[in-house]
Amino acid sequence: MMQALSNMQNYLWLIPALPLLGAIVNGLFGRRLSTAFVSALAISTVTVSSVLSVMAFFAVRLVAHGAPMVTSLGSWFAIDRYGVAMNFMVDPLSSVMILVVTIVSTLIHIYSVGYMKGDPGYHRYFAYLNLFVFAMLVLVMGDNLVLMFVGWEGVGLCSYLLIGFWFTDEEKAIAGKKAFVVNRIGDFGFLLGIILLFHYAGTVDFAGLREVAPHFDVAAGTLTVITLLLFLGACGKSAQIPLYVWLPDAMAGPTPVSALIHAATMVTAGVYMVCRLSFMFALAPVTMGVIAGIGTLTALFAATIGLAQNDIKKVLAYSTVSQLGYMFAAAGVAAFSAGMFHLVTHAFFKACLFMCAGSVIHALSGEQDIGKMGGLSAKLPDTRFTFLVSTIAIAGFPPLSGFFSKDEILWLAFTSRNPAIPGLNYAVWAGLAITAFLTALYMFRLYYMVFTGGYAGHAHPHESPKVMTWPLVILAAVTMVLGFIGLPAWLEHPVEKAFVAVHGLFSKAPWSYPNFGHFISSSFYAQGSNFGFAEFSHAAEIGFTLFSIGIAVAGWYTAKRLYAGRTSAVPERLAERAGGLYRGAVAKWYVDEIYDAIIVKPFWAVSRALHQLVDVFIIDTLMVNGPAYIAQGTGYVLKFWQNGNVQRYLAAILVGAGVVVYVLLKG
Amino acid sequence: MTVGVGHYLALAALLFCIGAFGVVLRRNFLAVLMSLEIMLNSANIVFVAFARQAGGHAGQVIAFFVMALAAAEVATGLALAIAWFRVARTVNVDEAGEMKH
Repeated sequence: MMQALSNMQNYLWLIPALPLLGAIVNGLFGRRLSTAFVSALAISTVTVSSVLSVMAFFAVRLVAHGAPMVTSLGSWFAIDRYGVAMNFMVDPLSSVMILVVTIVSTLIHIYSVGYMKGDPGYHRYFAYLNLFVFAMLVLVMGDNLVLMFVGWEGVGLCSYLLIGFWFTDEEKAIAGKKAFVVNRIGDFGFLLGIILLFHYAGTVDFAGLREVAPHFDVAAGTLTVITLLLFLGACGKSAQIPLYVWLPDAMAGPTPVSALIHAATMVTAGVYMVCRLSFMFALAPVTMGVIAGIGTLTALFAATIGLAQNDIKKVLAYSTVSQLGYMFAAAGVAAFSAGMFHLVTHAFFKACLFMCAGSVIHALSGEQDIGKMGGLSAKLPDTRFTFLVSTIAIAGFPPLSGFFSKDEILWLAFTSRNPAIPGLNYAVWAGLAITAFLTALYMFRLYYMVFTGGYAGHAHPHESPKVMTWPLVILAAVTMVLGFIGLPAWLEHPVEKAFVAVHGLFSKAPWSYPNFGHFISSSFYAQGSNFGFAEFSHAAEIGFTLFSIGIAVAGWYTAKRLYAGRTSAVPERLAERAGGLYRGAVAKWYVDEIYDAIIVKPFWAVSRALHQLVDVFIIDTLMVNGPAYIAQGTGYVLKFWQNGNVQRYLAAILVGAGVVVYVLLKG
Repeated sequence: MTVGVGHYLALAALLFCIGAFGVVLRRNFLAVLMSLEIMLNSANIVFVAFARQAGGHAGQVIAFFVMALAAAEVATGLALAIAWFRVARTVNVDEAGEMKH
């Protein structure tokens, strides 16, 4: 076993290669293959990848003891002193990430077999999905920024293809385009950041950057600019203000896609990137302040919108934006492992929530309006149960996973100290605490609206097939236990001691307790960072934990009073009373309209003007047709000279001779 | 007043211009031919004037050559004019445009 693990280093490349194989075969020949073969191939490649990922994870944990393992596929290109290698790296951070990506992908592939059954684009769907997994794994495992960028663009492409999967519906095609265009803005920043790093650091691989980063002159602001540009890329991919607008529209894609790409994996790439480059970000306190601020603002802002949406997927989409804000806020206060922990727990419970939503939509033949649902708990017992588990997790009730990660972030946000912006941490903490309340409120609102009260629609709901419910059950089970790998500090020691003691009863060599923070922290080594965390007593930490439980309970209780059974008239009265506030939240604070007015419309106007001026006038008229017009015009004038009249030729000769004589005589 | 070479040259220039304008502006082919003769003769005057000034005979000899050449040219030109008149019943050069087609 240990032998196999130590050989793992040579087989890391197989992890992304297998899904690529599936994508190629299904993409090229899928039309002629049977659906059974298509899904079997797609699922088996991803499953083998996840088994290999588990092995890679244990190899890092048990054999390499947290040191990075690198597989080199040679040099990609080398120009002068700038070189980029095709290296795949697995260290604690990326090993966790590939575990999440491959396991969630496998479950979603299986689920998709049920969800996409009978779709004419079945093979195309699985080819895209496999391609996505490949790109995501390249993003995660690349050991330099350029390779990461390849994966980054790859997942963006797959996202575009899958959002617009049903491209005959124009609205969906436009949603795909919007996601692509908004992401371009972020990618522009990312690319500029990479180029600047090439210029200033001379290298873009993570190990090299880690050595160079402390030597940047922080006061000169170069590092601040670079990290801000990289963060702009993260904002695009991870749907943060001001580039979050594409994610809610991305719900036009098939629901498993929303679960995989737009909840669990791709949208967390920005958080992953910031964590990956933590050694650089931690040295730029201004950037960190911006990240924490944007994260908190996004968390709060998206939560208020999520509160008023009536489309089941839109609520979950804004919830995702909000939770991503949480992760960024954590990264922004230098609590990288807490951010990653929330990323991992969120991946599981949000994937589960989306797939439950898919199951509901499937059961109701495509209905997404929660106003036309209700009372589905009897009809969809499995879906309801898993949805409830995930809701409790995201709302932050112990001992489910979401509670631990969220509590950790709140606590670290409160205690962190940004050297450049004192006092920011309290604002971040307050914003995140309010968000936690809103999260519990809107998630339980969703739960009560969908599963309690009387059914308000006209479809004939039926539970989804086993191939769809089993992945839900697995995700819910993971959600239930995952929190225990990230216990708060005051709870760590007793639980670890108990674990080792109990395990010691059965085994001579008891395992050490799996502690997420300890395992992953070696990836976040930050030399020269002066971020600090204030010391508080355990009693204070326990107080904060109780407080975050209180917030969750308050959110749940409010939702219960307002929405349980769908009978209360209070929500409508509240909506009337709140008037403009409510309408604003329903209309997503008019952000799309504002962007349309101040960016899209002027952009169109400028484009049209440039089209008329540059393309039509300068290029077409002046440069392409211009020479033709000149030749034609000159010919038109000159043709009068060549009229066959000898006398006029002679006159010209005489005039010419006269001129020659005049010049000669004068000279 | 002594008549010098300048006077001959001025006369020659005047005749040359008259001839040139005749060639360019007249439409009657015969008139064109006559104008051409005037131009040739203006050249003859210059030859003879310079020959006399220089004291040699070469210029006068050239003048005779020019006269012979002019006679040949007029013969050819008149032959053309008559041939053209037979075809077109006119000696107007503007009407002789068919040849360019």
